[in-house]
Amino acid sequence: MSGEFTKSMARNIFYGGTVFFFLLFLALSFDTHSQLPKRDMRDNIDAKVTEGKKLWEVNNCIGCHTLLGEGAYFAPELGNVVVRYGEEGTKAFIQARPKEGIPGRRSMPQFNFDDAQLDAIVAFLKHVNSVNAANWPPNDQG
Amino acid sequence: MQFKSQAVAKPYFIAAIGLFVGQILFGLILGAQYVLGDFLFPEIPFNVARMVHTNLLIVWLLFGFMGGAYYMIPEEAETELASPKLALAMFWIFLVAGALTIVGYLTVPYATLAELTGNNIIETMGREFLEQPLPTKLGIVVVALAFLFNITLTVLKGKKTAIAIVLLIGLWGLAVFFLFAFYNPVNIVIDKFFWWWTVHLWVEGVWELILGSFLAFVLIKTTGVDREVIEKWLYVIVTLTLITGIIGTGHHYYWIGTPEYWQWWGSIFSALEPIPFFAMTVFAFTMVNRRRREHPNKVAVLWALGTGVMAFLGAGVWGFLHTLSPVNFYTHGTQITAAHGHMAFYGAYVMVVLMMISYAMPIMRGRAANDQKSQVLEMWSFWLMTVAIVFITLFLTAAGILQVWLQRASDTPIPFMAAQEKIALFYWMREWTGVIFLVGLLLYIISFFVGKGEKAA
Repeated sequence: MSGEFTKSMARNIFYGGTVFFFLLFLALSFDTHSQLPKRDMRDNIDAKVTEGKKLWEVNNCIGCHTLLGEGAYFAPELGNVVVRYGEEGTKAFIQARPKEGIPGRRSMPQFNFDDAQLDAIVAFLKHVNSVNAANWPPNDQG
Repeated sequence: MQFKSQAVAKPYFIAAIGLFVGQILFGLILGAQYVLGDFLFPEIPFNVARMVHTNLLIVWLLFGFMGGAYYMIPEEAETELASPKLALAMFWIFLVAGALTIVGYLTVPYATLAELTGNNIIETMGREFLEQPLPTKLGIVVVALAFLFNITLTVLKGKKTAIAIVLLIGLWGLAVFFLFAFYNPVNIVIDKFFWWWTVHLWVEGVWELILGSFLAFVLIKTTGVDREVIEKWLYVIVTLTLITGIIGTGHHYYWIGTPEYWQWWGSIFSALEPIPFFAMTVFAFTMVNRRRREHPNKVAVLWALGTGVMAFLGAGVWGFLHTLSPVNFYTHGTQITAAHGHMAFYGAYVMVVLMMISYAMPIMRGRAANDQKSQVLEMWSFWLMTVAIVFITLFLTAAGILQVWLQRASDTPIPFMAAQEKIALFYWMREWTGVIFLVGLLLYIISFFVGKGEKAA
């Protein structure tokens, strides 16, 4: 033992440490996936929820809103919007957006969804709300 | 310039700076929309402007990473680049694909863009930062593979220094983890879980290897400190990065439906994530203090020191601020996140790319460093942009604390928009500070065109 910390020792710790912690991460991820069926309510994912998620994506809702806290911070959290507005209230809100916006206020586009699409979006948001997200958000305001 | 093929870096750097300007202009639009809600509505809604802002950031940083690698790798491997022609071809493909994507965002409604570009074949669009249409995503993969092929081959036929190896691991990691951008299951929890394998494992994982490698390269060149010492530091730093950052992914798994134990794993490991950034700061300052030569490019050294400090503050300190799960329960998805994001990206990735450009550009233009006048101007731009981002971060942090209080922590929580109106003052201050940032960026560009450097070439 020379007591000297050499470059090759540093390199070995780098490779060893990285591999170890990546494997640990994989193990935790594997365990997570074995627990998810109890938490993500996957049995409720039907054609409507699927369609709703697609509409959520192709209209880039995440570009203004957060969903379970992730996204943009320009507009309200939607993971619990069905709690805040109710299903019909949520649909009515989306439908009522003026095409030219609201003067001086943050404005949501008018997407011209039909009733089936609105149902799908709300089904998706309801599903997100049903996920066991460790009691987040802190209150109904999101 | 030691090797002719290093010159392919130049168009990459120029494109990076050009897209950077675009990113900042759209940042100013977003900042204005925060206070003048219907600004540019319905022509450019917030979500479109934000997509342009964040995607331009990612693309110009990738241009910077590729340019930096093309410049650095021949010098490290001590051999010409395997194929400068391929590098140049990829430059044009990437630039055109990037430009078309931005034009698509701005001219066509996003849903139509999705329809037109084959999102129905593989649904990958509409997820934060990964909004690119399928052809763009495929284009990124093609460009990344050709790029990796090029520089890997160069390293294989030349010297394999630690700096080059760390860069290669970082870049290969970047390409591999991008593949999760193509995985979008209908189950929202699994979707979010693997979305982070791209996003987190990029910015708090493999990108830090690229950062460390660039920093080590420029420090060797500008300080003349022994390579053995610098590379040992580099290994220690990237070790700390990955052993904290990989499990640190857990700080994104608190509230998305994943098991509660992530609150422990995520809190503990991500609380350690500032350590590699602190080590990077100490590294930069120690090497500069122990310098064995006075390199004429003082402003490149300034960027090197700056990236150490600002990455530590932005990614390290501001990350720690809201990473512990009991705190994050209240701050998750608020302006606190935005504050952290701005300073972390600027400190870690914007500054390191600007450092690389600052060091390499004069050499590619035929001189060791720009003359005094140009360097002084660039230093002004350094301070204006850096001080501006510090204040942007402070204003957003103040906004975030108030938002958390008004909307989540008080006994009588108020709705999101009501809270936003009460904190508008901070958004105004953020916007004006953003204008200062733009002034700094314009000075930065002007600094390329002043001084007598041209004659020396």
